[in-house]
Amino acid sequence: MAEVEIKVENLVYAKPRLITDTVMHYCPGCSHGTVHKLIAEVIDEMGLEGKTIAVSPVGCSVFAYNYIDVDWIEAAHGRACAVATAAKRLHPNSLVFTYQGDGDLAAIGTAETIHAAARGENIVTIFINNAIYGMTGGQMSPTTLLGMKTATTPYGRDAALNGFPYKVSDMIAHLDGATYITRQSVHTPANVRKCKKAIRKAFENSLAGNGYSMVEVVATCNSGWKMTPVEANKWMEENLLPAYPLGDIKCSTLPK
Amino acid sequence: MAEKEVKLMKGNEVIAHAAVRCGCDGYFGYPITPQSEVMETLMELKPWESTGMVVLQAESEVSSINMVYGGAATGKKVMTSSSSPGVSLMSEGLSYLAACELPCLVVNCQRGGPGLGTIQPSQGDYFQACKGGGHGDFHLLVLAPASVQEMYDFVGLGFDLAFKYRIPALLLADGAIGQMMEKVVFSPQLPRRSDEQIAQECGSWAACGKGSRKERNVATSLFLQPDELEVLNDRLQAKYREIEANEVRYEEFMCDDAEYILVAFGSSARICSATVEMAREQGIKLGLLRPITLYPFPYEPLKQMAERGVKGFMSVELNAGQMVEDVRLAIEGKAPVTHYGRTGGVIFNPESVLEALKTNLLK
Amino acid sequence: MKETIIIAGFGGQGVLSMGKILAYSGVMQDLEVTWMPSYGPEMRGGTANVTVIISDKRISSPVADSYDTAIILNQQSMDKFESKVKPGGILIYDTNGIITPPTRTDIEIYSIDAATECARLGQAKMFNTMILGGYLKIKPVVEMEYVMQGLKKSLPERAWKFLPQNEAAIQHGAEIIKKVR
Repeated sequence: MAEVEIKVENLVYAKPRLITDTVMHYCPGCSHGTVHKLIAEVIDEMGLEGKTIAVSPVGCSVFAYNYIDVDWIEAAHGRACAVATAAKRLHPNSLVFTYQGDGDLAAIGTAETIHAAARGENIVTIFINNAIYGMTGGQMSPTTLLGMKTATTPYGRDAALNGFPYKVSDMIAHLDGATYITRQSVHTPANVRKCKKAIRKAFENSLAGNGYSMVEVVATCNSGWKMTPVEANKWMEENLLPAYPLGDIKCSTLPK
Repeated sequence: MAEKEVKLMKGNEVIAHAAVRCGCDGYFGYPITPQSEVMETLMELKPWESTGMVVLQAESEVSSINMVYGGAATGKKVMTSSSSPGVSLMSEGLSYLAACELPCLVVNCQRGGPGLGTIQPSQGDYFQACKGGGHGDFHLLVLAPASVQEMYDFVGLGFDLAFKYRIPALLLADGAIGQMMEKVVFSPQLPRRSDEQIAQECGSWAACGKGSRKERNVATSLFLQPDELEVLNDRLQAKYREIEANEVRYEEFMCDDAEYILVAFGSSARICSATVEMAREQGIKLGLLRPITLYPFPYEPLKQMAERGVKGFMSVELNAGQMVEDVRLAIEGKAPVTHYGRTGGVIFNPESVLEALKTNLLK
Repeated sequence: MKETIIIAGFGGQGVLSMGKILAYSGVMQDLEVTWMPSYGPEMRGGTANVTVIISDKRISSPVADSYDTAIILNQQSMDKFESKVKPGGILIYDTNGIITPPTRTDIEIYSIDAATECARLGQAKMFNTMILGGYLKIKPVVEMEYVMQGLKKSLPERAWKFLPQNEAAIQHGAEIIKKVR
């Protein structure tokens, strides 16, 4: 494809400076790319490129370090918040955040996440909740809704067989060490703008030393859900958002 | 010259003092007997007020080793300590640390196993430390202290070697060395490295924030392309060959004219040195080779002893026979190799080792 | 010179700290020492013991099967360690709580009524230093000057106000120890 020169005055959109040229491996319609973009923009706007340490998970976003041009540590499955805890304590002036999905954070990494939040670590977790294990091929995750079909719940999640889903952010919000907990989405332009503001607020909260912050992003996994991107957005609005309603869950300061 | 700082302390306590003195940046741990004094001593020392060292009690050994992973990935000098069951939980993290070529120090104050086992001393984790302790082809650099002074000295040595080769170092102690008190001479306080020093010394790999660097650093062990992962493995193996060539450490005790050799490490070696003295009084020409590094293992000196005509070797361990496999590899069938050990936290004494020698080799 | 001592009794009697004072005294006199405790749940009310070795040469094994001296503070320890004293060695015991006194004739046996004496003086915490004083009278392995230094070193600073009491107890122990045979 020939390169097309666009005049500056005609430019309406450009790739964020901190998004690398690596071609993303995410499926078309996936929410990860949008959230990556928002993070890259916020880091750049806050001038934090040189002092950011990011921690990637195991899951679809395992390769996040290929896409955002900051220093990264790739954690073992579920351990991101422990990894970030040490990075932040040893580099107290840095921005340290983890980027994790619902399988990584809410299943295998529950202990690490809850204890980092309870200790009030000055880190941020960007929590992508699409209610499914994407990378391993669409199995049930802790946030999979009752009745939802996945590779390991082919007849739909049954509480008697598979247990109940749980609301991670609401649970974390009960902890004294967690001060900014919000639930966002990126399925409409308005939601994208709100989500970006939330990410910035979380980064500011952690840099201010005000404890643990989590931005949950209710997201689509159209491949895992076996839908077109448009269908996935609609399904998310009708099913996931009633279970995981959007908005700030907690904005507070650390208890004295 | 300033007067020597001589103290009487437990092995576990000196680990904490040595960490602060050598300029360690962070300790992350979880309580487990018989080594909880390490973190307790650090908390009492409050190094965050003196050197700025971070000390944190984690929610599990899984978490503490991953904190070590996170700290090490940023170029800091970080460590943890635990005992056998806790180190089992750390094996995942150790594999990641080795794969990402991250320097750190892990202390295992061994207790009897398998399972929950006992809190009494054991050397049952030799295989775990030297042959396994996680998935994939990797080694830890394993140091085996045999005195409280070595518990102190090997903290600094462990960090030095870990950073020299970018490899996780393991200090394989046991409940006896950890709980006993001996004289120990402290070293002077070294400063912690500044962030600028770290950026300079570890700038090619440490993910400590890009700063003025152009290229980002990424600590990862994920290489989905087999040939890319093989490149990492080849590099690791080349490093291990270099370590095997340069870092073998051992101590000989009365080996020059010895007809029989005991091979023992850590607290067992202390007991065996008394056995050697007793045997010599009885006219038995016995010597002791004490491996100080368990990986790399002193194969060559043992082989040379066999070639020189030593009539037999007995590996003496607080386990059911683990290091004896390496002794056999070293001797290559040139002389009889046997094992004596007790398990479950039972400690043998110099007399019973001599008895076993007579039964096993001198018959 | 090499002295291998076992001190054994109940947890809470100050067995481990008596060993520590003795070991630190050795350090102060520039001798080699090892202090090897029994550790674990048994420390909390069960039996506790510590092996202390003091030597003018490097100490090989910190573990021993027989002892030059045994200091026995309860019946369980008597049952376990009387037989482990080397022929010609020394056994010292506090009579309080001992139902079956030692029977060996190839060792020197001493008794000390430290528990009773401490109760009489209302100084229960001086029990272990009093026993230590008795032991050092029989076997002066470390000079008294260094014992006092070792005592100070092994106590936390907040307990230094009790140093004079402890010193008095060491002296008193030397006075009340009796030879049984």
